[in-house]
Amino acid sequence: MNTSLILLILAIIGVAGYVAGARYALALVGGISSKLHSRPGYYGSFVAVWAILPAVVILFVWLVASPMYISSSVRGAFPEEVKTQSQAEQGLSYGMITSIARGMNALTGDEIARIENNPVELRAALGAKGVALAGDPQPFMVKAAAKLNRMTFVSRILMTIVVLGASIGGGLFAYRQIAPRFRARNRVEKVVLGSLVVASSIAILTTVGIVASMLTEAAHFFTAIPAWEFFFGTVWDPRFAAAGSGGSEGQFGLIPLLLGTLYIGFVAMLFAVPIGLFSAIYMSEYASPKVRAVAKPLLEVLAGIPTIVYGFFALTTVGPFLRDISSQLNGLVTGDYANFIQAQSVLTAGFVMGIMLIPYVSSLSDDIITAVPRALRDGSLGLGATRSETIKKVVLPAALPGIVGALLMTASRAVGETMIVVLAAGVAARLQINPFEPMTTVTVKIVNQLTGDLEFTSPQTLVAFALGITLFAITLCLNIYALYIVRKYREQYE
Amino acid sequence: MNMMSESAVEKALDQKMSDASHKMIGKDVSVYYGEKRALFDVNLNVRENTVTALIGPSGCGKSTFLRCLNRMNDTIENCRVTGKITLDEDDIYDNNIDVVELRARVGMVFQKPNPFPKTIYENISYGPRIHGLSKNKADMDQIVEASLQRAGLWGEVKDRLHESGTGLSGGQQQRLCIARAIAVSPEVILMDEPCSALDPIATAKVEELIHELRANYTIVIVTHSMQQAARVSQRTAMFHLGQLVEENDTDKMFTNPDDQRTQDYIMGRFG
Repeated sequence: MNTSLILLILAIIGVAGYVAGARYALALVGGISSKLHSRPGYYGSFVAVWAILPAVVILFVWLVASPMYISSSVRGAFPEEVKTQSQAEQGLSYGMITSIARGMNALTGDEIARIENNPVELRAALGAKGVALAGDPQPFMVKAAAKLNRMTFVSRILMTIVVLGASIGGGLFAYRQIAPRFRARNRVEKVVLGSLVVASSIAILTTVGIVASMLTEAAHFFTAIPAWEFFFGTVWDPRFAAAGSGGSEGQFGLIPLLLGTLYIGFVAMLFAVPIGLFSAIYMSEYASPKVRAVAKPLLEVLAGIPTIVYGFFALTTVGPFLRDISSQLNGLVTGDYANFIQAQSVLTAGFVMGIMLIPYVSSLSDDIITAVPRALRDGSLGLGATRSETIKKVVLPAALPGIVGALLMTASRAVGETMIVVLAAGVAARLQINPFEPMTTVTVKIVNQLTGDLEFTSPQTLVAFALGITLFAITLCLNIYALYIVRKYREQYE
Repeated sequence: MNMMSESAVEKALDQKMSDASHKMIGKDVSVYYGEKRALFDVNLNVRENTVTALIGPSGCGKSTFLRCLNRMNDTIENCRVTGKITLDEDDIYDNNIDVVELRARVGMVFQKPNPFPKTIYENISYGPRIHGLSKNKADMDQIVEASLQRAGLWGEVKDRLHESGTGLSGGQQQRLCIARAIAVSPEVILMDEPCSALDPIATAKVEELIHELRANYTIVIVTHSMQQAARVSQRTAMFHLGQLVEENDTDKMFTNPDDQRTQDYIMGRFG
């Protein structure tokens, strides 16, 4: 029986258990549900949980453990000369065996009998069924494949029996526990609580796992390249070498990338912060509800545009426009129509990224400004302050810590942005300060280092992890600081 | 001639009180929130250097009327005011009147203490600063001290003027808000249930303060507490369902009101 069918049956048993449990509980008290400790539904849920949860756990453990057990027992039966081979070659053999096993399932009984002693024919027969083998199978492989099939079959049957048994057994166990004063609600709520804990720990564990894997890979990188060369190097020149050729090491200086990241982020904030803040002030303080109801969602649509689209916009519109404008300006002033702004430049990327960030700034700041208590505004207006005095002297100072927090969160987004930079500022890792020239960022270089055919053990690729962990550290610090500030701000009113 | 009997003196005072000039005059004041009418043709005069209490059950329109007096209703969407309200003969809803100037003359203290999240000093100096009432730092120090003195808060906060105003107790915060209102030298102070968020001791202090402020200011206070109205006010106005039921001397109001509804409300039969 396949797994989805088993899951379906479990679901049916669960529903049946729910109905039976609820009815039984109600019947026990003659239909007067107030005599029960919990609402009838909780008794039903209690039975359903016992019928489904242990069975599903067993099912998953079985699904994970049985292939491992079967594989080790099949490998254990390999002939001695195969066992002496390297781990990788044994793996290849095992891969072939699983292919054969899969193919044999498609063959009829006679065909298998005919082939059993003639491995060469096997390849052709399997090929006819659409299962391609990498090489000629050896006799031991056919035997092993047969064993594999046998064991898998037995395992399936056993699994079905055990899981369905556990389901029915669990359901019955729970059903028999039902009594009028039985605290079903408390039990069910414990299960719900448990599932909430599991859900949140999955999220946390994933983060921990990602960080750990980045750290280990970055550590590999730092064994090849000294950390100080990475963190303080001013030249980025990874020198792609063909796999296995060795030789040139390349230079992995973080500084040009880091400065590029911060520079482009800074220019972006230069555009996003004033526009975003002003629009937030307008939205929260001056706009009539009607305008607000239309304008705010429109502004937030900006946040929904994929960044690659902003990239197009930069590449095809903003970049050329800035370039042409600069050449016109130059022509007007000096008579020489050479452009001084490159189409791909820090300015282009910063400008477009700034537009992308406007909705973040305005939406977050709007929420924060709106959260300033009305009483404070009234207090100021009641003293004869004008609206603008109230905003400047009372509302904004009260909202300032929150706004700073919002800006820091926005900055960490700017630091992590990739697509706009690739298209708008180029990929040249240069250490310079002219905003009209191309530069590049950490994220762009990560993409660069990981695309293409590369061995995964060379510093050229491993550097991506070192870059990744550096970027992670930066954004993490920004976010923690932002959270700290926002939290401090909240305390003032609570 | 100076041997006037005590009752004659009382009488003369009462006479003076009833003749007291009307600081603010409300004529046929109606307020609409969108379609809903909250106030029906209220005619109510506020006498100078008098504490006028507005009482009535919740939702009767007394706060709405109060907020008309310095046009705080302007800050509410969909709110429309008709009728005429004058302050010293000037129509405050006239186009020539600057609402900012009006609010400087008619200050307001709110139900919940709402000090700005700034220092005590900055809380007081906020108003004078925006209205340019002080020439220099010494001047401002003088205003801050005088306002805090009047609000009876000076002794408690003089050593911590540069600490946050939100760190004070509820009662102190409310007196800080009163001091803040006084600092702009208003002529009228509106108080919207100024003691409803305070404990009895803080309430007593604020009431005492209101009593003292009467000498220099005209005060209109909205209160839910009948005892408070009786204690602090000289005139009382009773609102019910958006209408002014009765306006009278406080003493008369609480002993022998003209209107049956006032009687019932004061006796606690409804509200």
